[in-house]
Amino acid sequence: MTEPRKAVALISGGLDSLLAARVMQEQGIHVEGINFFTGFCVEGHTHAIRRRDRDRPKRNNALWVAEQLGIKLHIVDIIEEYKQVVFNPRHGYGANLNPCLDCKIFMVRKAHEWIGQHGFDFIVTGEVIGQRPMSQRRDTMPVVSRESGADDLLLRPLCAKNLPPTRPEREGWVDREALYDFSGRSRKPQMALARRFGFEDYAQPAGGCCFLTDAQYSAKLADLWRARGDKQYELDDIMLLKVGRHLRPAPHYKVIVSREEGEGNFLQGYRNQYPSIRCVSHPGPLALIDGVVEEGDLELAARLVARYSKGRDQERVTLEYRDRDGATRELVVTPLRPDQIPEAWHL
Amino acid sequence: MNRVVVDARRLLCPMPVIRVQDRVAQLDPGTIVEAVCTDPGALNDIPAWCRINGHRVLETSSEEDEYRVVLEVGGRE
Repeated sequence: MTEPRKAVALISGGLDSLLAARVMQEQGIHVEGINFFTGFCVEGHTHAIRRRDRDRPKRNNALWVAEQLGIKLHIVDIIEEYKQVVFNPRHGYGANLNPCLDCKIFMVRKAHEWIGQHGFDFIVTGEVIGQRPMSQRRDTMPVVSRESGADDLLLRPLCAKNLPPTRPEREGWVDREALYDFSGRSRKPQMALARRFGFEDYAQPAGGCCFLTDAQYSAKLADLWRARGDKQYELDDIMLLKVGRHLRPAPHYKVIVSREEGEGNFLQGYRNQYPSIRCVSHPGPLALIDGVVEEGDLELAARLVARYSKGRDQERVTLEYRDRDGATRELVVTPLRPDQIPEAWHL
Repeated sequence: MNRVVVDARRLLCPMPVIRVQDRVAQLDPGTIVEAVCTDPGALNDIPAWCRINGHRVLETSSEEDEYRVVLEVGGRE
């Protein structure tokens, strides 16, 4: 008996990749999943941080999809390598700082490397022509195949009939006639196929899977780059952009103010990396200071933090300033009034 | 019996799973791994990862803001 052909499927956790992998299984292909973590994946972060969201059921959709399919899932940390995609996307950004086409090329390239290392035959994605304005168009599909180096080892089972035959089809590893010709933004064909396979519970159509597609998040990342004079970031930077209110009273520093207890607990973990301010005379937030502050800046930052405390209407509020080394001192300030906080400070 | 601790505190999903996955790849079948996490999602995600990859969850627990998953590394295919 011959060994079945082996494919690795890019599993995002959404419906399309679930279906693409299932279509391959139906043809007797041995499928394993691969999921890349860029640091910008939405996947439950806000949910994990915020206290009020903690009791809501949560799951990692890529793991859940793999479990539904009965396949192994390999989750790969690409945080460091992915920076070059974010900094210098050859094909540019989308509406925000989302480098969708370069991202897809990068992930398929990584999958291509992976199949070479693990003895797999080809790569499967859930792409559909016309589904996405930047990365899933008729003219960009060949770009992804070519620039990733995967060439005709990249098979898109959901729209394969709209594309030239790939090697798995030409060699008879898969039956092209049993593949699909989906196109456009309608989700109806996918939903019908999901019903046929008996999938009733699946993640809503993707689109919100990456923070870089979010306008507010992208604005905060652009601000970070401006303030540092360099397009750089570390994982902690991009995690912190997901948490709290970010206000920049001056170009050389910003204040990250927790909005509720869970965020306060999360920010607490960064107190050895950033100076912090917390309210001690009244219930209030924890705030981190990102930048180098002078004495005058510190007073303004403290007044700003006091504004978000329960003492916001009091004449005097006491806060504790803590530097990175743990040295503390007391600050007594008058909270800023709302009209003293310019809209432009809010990132 | 060998027991290996994976410290995944302050890491958010899916990093705890990745840390466990990468450590388990270096270990022999039968090794006991204890993952210590602060993301409550780890209590779902690490067991899910174990189920699909052939490892056995022995225990899950939570205490204040820390979550622990104890697993036994399964055999290689």
